[in-house]
Amino acid sequence: MSPAAGADWLAGPAGSAVAILALALVTYLCRASGVVLMSRVRLTPRVERALRALPGSIVVATALPTGLSAGLPGLAGLAAAAAVMALTRFELAAVAAGLATVALGRALGL
Amino acid sequence: MLLAPMTSTAAPFTRAGILRGVRLSLPIWPSIAVFGAAYGAAAAQRGLSLAEATAMSAFVYAGASQMVTLEVWGRPWTLSALLAAMTVTALINARMILMGATIQPWMRGSPPWRTALSLFVLVDASWLIGVRHRAEGGNDLGVLVGAGAGLWPLWVLSTAGGHFAGALVSEPRVYALDMIMPVFFAAMLAPLWRGVRPALPWLVSGAVALVVQHLVPGYGFIAAGALAGLVTGALVDDGAAR
Repeated sequence: MSPAAGADWLAGPAGSAVAILALALVTYLCRASGVVLMSRVRLTPRVERALRALPGSIVVATALPTGLSAGLPGLAGLAAAAAVMALTRFELAAVAAGLATVALGRALGL
Repeated sequence: MLLAPMTSTAAPFTRAGILRGVRLSLPIWPSIAVFGAAYGAAAAQRGLSLAEATAMSAFVYAGASQMVTLEVWGRPWTLSALLAAMTVTALINARMILMGATIQPWMRGSPPWRTALSLFVLVDASWLIGVRHRAEGGNDLGVLVGAGAGLWPLWVLSTAGGHFAGALVSEPRVYALDMIMPVFFAAMLAPLWRGVRPALPWLVSGAVALVVQHLVPGYGFIAAGALAGLVTGALVDDGAAR
């Protein structure tokens, strides 16, 4: 009856296995496509400059909106993690400081 | 001689580099283990079997997308549920397309089979470790692969452990475990810092990401922000030595 009736087999025991493989394939294509795309681009100074700007841009675009959507504790946690990392260069201390700040902020109801 | 020589010399890939990558990843083992356990516990609560949860970690190996996929996990699976899960996975992992672009110049000249295998273990942490290794003058691809391959068994095992211990981390928000990824990313800004001018694209990226996050539902803001940073980087002189 339903439009998806042709995919009834997905509801069976094999459904999860098919889904996991499909998700793994999608993820691998994400991993590989950037490399394949870039192999067709010539490395001019402009392209190199753009690629140098990319790592920090990815980091900020991922962390800032996610942190801000967790409100004030989230933002404080990001700042604490960045500050501790700048001072100590020790990832574990930075991550611990960030998570502790978020947890404390939430416990205080900020 | 007018033709610029293509980089014919492939970057080294040594055993020492692999070990160095594993060693450089050690400081984040605790957070990866905790994140893996949190995923396993969350998967158990969403009704995934132990086999399903560990297979996700083993084959997908991308924590943030695995976490969000739990929200749309099919019980039972339908074609529309599967398409929704694939879309969410692609959007969250779209940042890997850009990560791959940044490391491609490093991989030029390497055997394609090794590149294909290396890419399977490309994760946020190993990419950051590799980028940092290169920013500090290193060139050994073993560092990139060693960091990613070393974290893989830890990720899979901690998922299984978390699935068993499900109830122990029943309140991930109390311990701020839902914030591990952004906090980890924020910590990575310090080693990438090269001064104010090279950071201008980061500012543009953050601003665009925030705007897109408010206008468009979903996770497109990561790719939108990163692309804005990429374009800014291409247009603005960053003052780096030629």
